[in-house]
Amino acid sequence: MSAALKIGFENPVAQSQAVFRAVMMALARPGTVRRLDVPVDAVPALDPAAAAVALALCDYETPVWLDPALAADLQVQEFLRFHTGAPVTEARALASFAFVPLGGEVPALDDFAQGSLDYPDRSTTLVVAVEALAEGEGWRLTGPGVAGEGRFIARPLPADMLDRLQRNHALFPRGVDLVLTCGDRFAAIPRSTQVDA
Amino acid sequence: MTHASPSPGRADAEPVVVARRRAVMALTSRATEAELAAALDRVGRPAFDDIRAPQTGLVMLRGRTGGDGAPFNLGEATVTRSAVRLASGEVGIAYALGRDAAKVRLAAVLDALAQQDAPGLDEALAPVATRLAGQQDLAEARSAATRVDFFTLVRGED
Amino acid sequence: MYVAVKGGEAAIDNAHALLAHERRGDPSIPEITPDQIREQLALAVDRVMAEGSLHDRDIAALAIKQARGDLIEAIFLVRAFRTTLPRFGASEPLDTSAMSVRRRISATYKDLPGGQVLGPTFDYTHRLIDFTLAGGAAPPAPATATQGEAAPHVTTLLDDEGLIERNPSAAPDAPVGDLTREPLAFPASRDLRLQNLARGDEGFLLALGYSTQRGYGRTHPFVGEIRFGTVQVGFHAEDLGFCVDLGTISVTECEMVTQFKGSAEAAPHFTRGYGLVFGQSERKAMSMALIDRALRTAEFGEDVVAPAQDEEFVLSHSDNVQATGFVEHLKLPHYVDFQAELGLVRQLRSEFAARQADLDAMRKEAAE
Repeated sequence: MSAALKIGFENPVAQSQAVFRAVMMALARPGTVRRLDVPVDAVPALDPAAAAVALALCDYETPVWLDPALAADLQVQEFLRFHTGAPVTEARALASFAFVPLGGEVPALDDFAQGSLDYPDRSTTLVVAVEALAEGEGWRLTGPGVAGEGRFIARPLPADMLDRLQRNHALFPRGVDLVLTCGDRFAAIPRSTQVDA
Repeated sequence: MTHASPSPGRADAEPVVVARRRAVMALTSRATEAELAAALDRVGRPAFDDIRAPQTGLVMLRGRTGGDGAPFNLGEATVTRSAVRLASGEVGIAYALGRDAAKVRLAAVLDALAQQDAPGLDEALAPVATRLAGQQDLAEARSAATRVDFFTLVRGED
Repeated sequence: MYVAVKGGEAAIDNAHALLAHERRGDPSIPEITPDQIREQLALAVDRVMAEGSLHDRDIAALAIKQARGDLIEAIFLVRAFRTTLPRFGASEPLDTSAMSVRRRISATYKDLPGGQVLGPTFDYTHRLIDFTLAGGAAPPAPATATQGEAAPHVTTLLDDEGLIERNPSAAPDAPVGDLTREPLAFPASRDLRLQNLARGDEGFLLALGYSTQRGYGRTHPFVGEIRFGTVQVGFHAEDLGFCVDLGTISVTECEMVTQFKGSAEAAPHFTRGYGLVFGQSERKAMSMALIDRALRTAEFGEDVVAPAQDEEFVLSHSDNVQATGFVEHLKLPHYVDFQAELGLVRQLRSEFAARQADLDAMRKEAAE
């Protein structure tokens, strides 16, 4: 255990609850950009928002898949191991959460756990870092939690991301949920959301 | 559940250090708060910060089918854990059955000292080891006195 | 169906205050402390830990005090308490062969390595009320003797000769069923059955175990071994990266040697039933072992004919917290349901009376 271990949350119980609520609201209101309102002492390789999601939602029962750059980062390993106890898995289909940093390649969504019809919750939540997030422009979002239609954009994402999200949505109630982070801001596109150009 | 391949470059992964930390923790997890406070006084109490305030949770205890077969979940136990960082940088972690937060915090400090191979640590914990060994020996000796020596009364032949 | 109603807050508050008053009993008698319960009612504490499915002597003792000695209520309190805590993980499987033995007996072999160690048992007491206990004199110090040899599991003696089935093994990373995480589904695997039985109601298990002996699903059991003592708990902490020793707990283990089997492929050999329980409770461990074996009926190609062999019946009714919840919910207001039934019975009665009147009229007519 290194001397550089980051503290994570100062007050784990209250802050985890706050982040849980914020992530729940982001998933309930797809494409709305939220700001993390709790301080988090995180490793540099993870966005504060991504680190907060890990601290609040990961535990020893949620295998985590890490992008190769994160997986090779000893500080990230130590941070997740110490604060969450989550086992790191190389098998995407077994992961409850997956983390991709800025510049990392987003793997095919259907490589990850898709859930089953009986247990659609047994699927992966992908947490992907981007450079820019904005609501009110870009993709057209419709579906549960979106009043009428919403607009949302995030950059950079793979060129075929729209197609991937559409195929993911077609699997509903199976499929993955996507959380996009940008520093201490974040937004979510759950599988229930229809995304169009 | 899949575990990662052995994590490279773990600072605490040297077998000697791990063995020492495990030996210390086997004592601290069974010690009282007063015993650990006394041990720290003997070895010199270092400055430290909490990096994880003592937290009580559960560990699911497992048995084995038939005593040596496939595992099953027997039931949970309360467990308290704590992590501290010494001013010198070592991160000490402790776990113990029960809900004694103050005790486990001291155990985490002792775990950090075990990583330094702090001089006098074994001696400081010797009273705990002596008490535990004495209690176990006494309990086993009392049970041994209830061991049955059979003698045959009558062996019927007809 | 029950119906939510409002009102009665003051009555409820007063009832709770009255409960607290009654719990305390006669104030001229010293109040009992959880420490006293933990030390002097240790077997009640053990039962609450086993069926509460939480090893924590102090919590169990406090729950017994709070529940006024109603053990099922105390078990309920313990179950509720555990839901407030996060889980850090699962222990390494307990190694009962490395137990520091307090009691160890076998009914299958008289002379065996480690010997027959009676330990603290009621078995040879005369079940006569001991009036000297009322006085509270200190008991004499127990005798001590040189510690005996190691006590291996008795079944390893049979195992060495291939006379008993091998216990099923599992891959190190194979998932272990957990009915506190996933709802129980049938057929249930043996790991889930054992977990269910380990936290099941002692009385229910005892009665079912007894039923197998009386012919409702015989298994021809012998107590291969009962052992009670302390075992070390190992835990692989993810943040440490190695396995640590969390301390010591006490457990009771029972290995039943049961009805032998053989086939064209396999030579005749004994089968097994297994019981493992927190604390000292051999009645529970033995009952569990009998039922574990009875629930393996189908596995051995036998017909399921008795209640103890019917896993859905056994596993669905073993939990006393669930059972008490459903039985006792009948106390909740069922006013609307009952009014509906009352109306129906009144209507049926009036129809009945009308029919009777018609019959009477017909009879009268016929008689005239």
